[in-house]
Amino acid sequence: MNPLDLSYRHKIPLWGGLLVVMTAFAVSAVLMVQTYEEMEDDLVIDTATLAEALAPEVFAAMVNGNIWRAYDVVSTPLDRKRSGPNLPGKAENIIVVDNNMQVFAAAFPRLARVGADLETLGPEFTAIANQLRVNAGSSESVSSIPDSPRLFYTMPIADQGARLGTLVVVLRKSSFMPRFFEIARYGVVAAVVLLGLLLPFNWYWGRRMAEPLVQLTERMREVGTQSPKELDPSLYTHRDEIGSLFMTYNRMLAELKEKGELERQVMQADRLAALGQLAAGVAHEINNPLGGMLMAIDTLKGRSITDLRTAKTIALLERGLDQIKETVGALLVEAKVKSRSLSERDIEDVLVLVLPQVHKKGLHLDWHNDVVGEVALPATLVRQVLINLLLNATHAAAPQGQIACNVHVSEDQLRVKVANDGRLITDEQMGHLFEPFSPLSEEGHGLGLWVTYQIVHQLGGTITASREGGCMQFAVQLPAGRMPT
Amino acid sequence: MAAIAVTILFVLGMPAVAAEVLRLGVTPVILHDQYSAMLAFRNYLETKLGRPVELVSRNSYRQTIDMIERRELDVAWVSAFPYVYLHHHDNVRLVAMPLIKGRPTFRAYLIVSADDKVTSSVLQLRDKIFAYADPYSHTGFVVPKYDLRAAGEDPKTFFSRTFFCAGHKNVVRAVASGLADGGSVDSFVWDSLAVVEPELTAKTRIAGRSQEFGSPPIVAGHHVSNDDVGRLRRILLGMNEDPEGSLILRKLQVDRFVAGDSRSFDGVEEMMRATGDL
Repeated sequence: MNPLDLSYRHKIPLWGGLLVVMTAFAVSAVLMVQTYEEMEDDLVIDTATLAEALAPEVFAAMVNGNIWRAYDVVSTPLDRKRSGPNLPGKAENIIVVDNNMQVFAAAFPRLARVGADLETLGPEFTAIANQLRVNAGSSESVSSIPDSPRLFYTMPIADQGARLGTLVVVLRKSSFMPRFFEIARYGVVAAVVLLGLLLPFNWYWGRRMAEPLVQLTERMREVGTQSPKELDPSLYTHRDEIGSLFMTYNRMLAELKEKGELERQVMQADRLAALGQLAAGVAHEINNPLGGMLMAIDTLKGRSITDLRTAKTIALLERGLDQIKETVGALLVEAKVKSRSLSERDIEDVLVLVLPQVHKKGLHLDWHNDVVGEVALPATLVRQVLINLLLNATHAAAPQGQIACNVHVSEDQLRVKVANDGRLITDEQMGHLFEPFSPLSEEGHGLGLWVTYQIVHQLGGTITASREGGCMQFAVQLPAGRMPT
Repeated sequence: MAAIAVTILFVLGMPAVAAEVLRLGVTPVILHDQYSAMLAFRNYLETKLGRPVELVSRNSYRQTIDMIERRELDVAWVSAFPYVYLHHHDNVRLVAMPLIKGRPTFRAYLIVSADDKVTSSVLQLRDKIFAYADPYSHTGFVVPKYDLRAAGEDPKTFFSRTFFCAGHKNVVRAVASGLADGGSVDSFVWDSLAVVEPELTAKTRIAGRSQEFGSPPIVAGHHVSNDDVGRLRRILLGMNEDPEGSLILRKLQVDRFVAGDSRSFDGVEEMMRATGDL
């Protein structure tokens, strides 16, 4: 897997951590290189200072040919007993050579024997001797011989132009390495401590940056497959790009929901309309032969039938046909019935009709009716709708529970709201609420809401069911002022 | 006239006598590192003599010799060469001689590096580098020269290089460090060093021992009165009978002082004549 395809949850902290580590390493490396160079410079400066201090004394010793004095002068600074073995920048040897490139004296005579030619001390010294011959050693210089662990500091032993020889200070390049390593160790410890502080902080910050993006991505992926959840606004409270992304997402979600709801309603209405047409068609087709059959039975009953068995059969047929007629009649909601206008009395009648049922169950009824005078709506149908809804509510309400009925009239519409505190209807049940032969109906044929829906629909109104504040509520809106013709 | 002159001298010398400072010279035969022992020695003499004693230390024998000749020193603890030299010019009297390891004598040691396991004579050091202690030292200069001459060699050309180290201890250092292949030192110095700085002497090996010579004497200039010389001699000879004196003697690694005899240095004088140093 390509590391660039990693989740931001890991990528941001990793990149941040990488940068922190790289910065720490880069800064440490630069400081170490600088320290190393400074130590090298210091070594040369220390050596130059030493050589300058020694040169006049050595000059005096050489003038007198005093080998002992020259030895005493150059060996004193390197006396291990006096300055300790781990002093940084300690010279490996200090050699006094005369103008014939012969050793006059040395701090460690075993490494540079008195009287020996400088060349014979080793290939490095051969190179130094050659350099001294070439530039006549007229000024002090630092020489580094390739592939040699040593540095050579040379300084003329001269006084007012009279040159007696050269002071050669042999330095080991690594002489300051123990001290350098000590400083480097401190640097590494400091860097590790800093990383120990910065890396967890970076990790936390990176995760915090990535988390909203990750959540958003997961939610976006859910869109279209299942109903996505809203994002927790406390996850990201700032008003920057991510914040506005959050807001946009939530708005989009709300719009999607609204659209989904609308589609659902349209679908339900279409289905119910189709069902209504089908039911009406079937009912008409059944009603015609049914009427004939019932008339025939009537005629048959008019004659005196002595045969007991025949009389029993006819009675059976008549009861069956009556049941069919009743059912078909219920399916075939005929709103186009001539009716008088709805009056205040009609609503109060409904109250009188349902009150016994309400009292029987011990319910509390909250009743509001502001219909005054007449409303241009067919009274019979409105009464039926109201009775249906109230009886349903009474059935559904919990024992000793509450039901509410609110009838409100305005200039152009009548609004009825009926609520109960009974069991709430599930989403699944909501989808099939107004269909005939409802499985919700425990008694009766389950046509109450179907009939109600058909009436409301034929009157050009709407009916909606909703769950509000733990109550199941049915709301009906009927356009007033339009009597069916 | 003579009486007047003496009187005048006496009068002129009065302030000096009144100051009564005794100037005690020390040559490098005594280790400088034992300076605290020398200070104790001076304090001891000061108390016993009842007059101030000034310690005068010089690095070279020649300076000490010159100062005695110029009467800038009253008393000096010198070595065999300066004594013989000064005695030859009738400048000093012998006051006392130290008894070292039970004998009033010392020797010259031929020392080489501890790595050198073969050398047993200075004659084996041809074309090597040789360290001398001082041009006015018997053990540190005259003895090896004498040995070379006796073998028919020229001390000037026998070695590839020679140098003086301004003191016997430095000869030990020069040989120990490898600056010189060999050197000649006072046995008294080497033996004292072996006690005080054994790590230094361990880097050297005694390759040869010379005959015995009179040990480094304490001498007084002729300008010092017989009384003063007598008093000083009595104090020195009695040091070992005194707890404080014994302690100082132990520090100086001397058993005790004896009156001594200038004939102890006949051998030295003979050798110095042979090498032309006298």
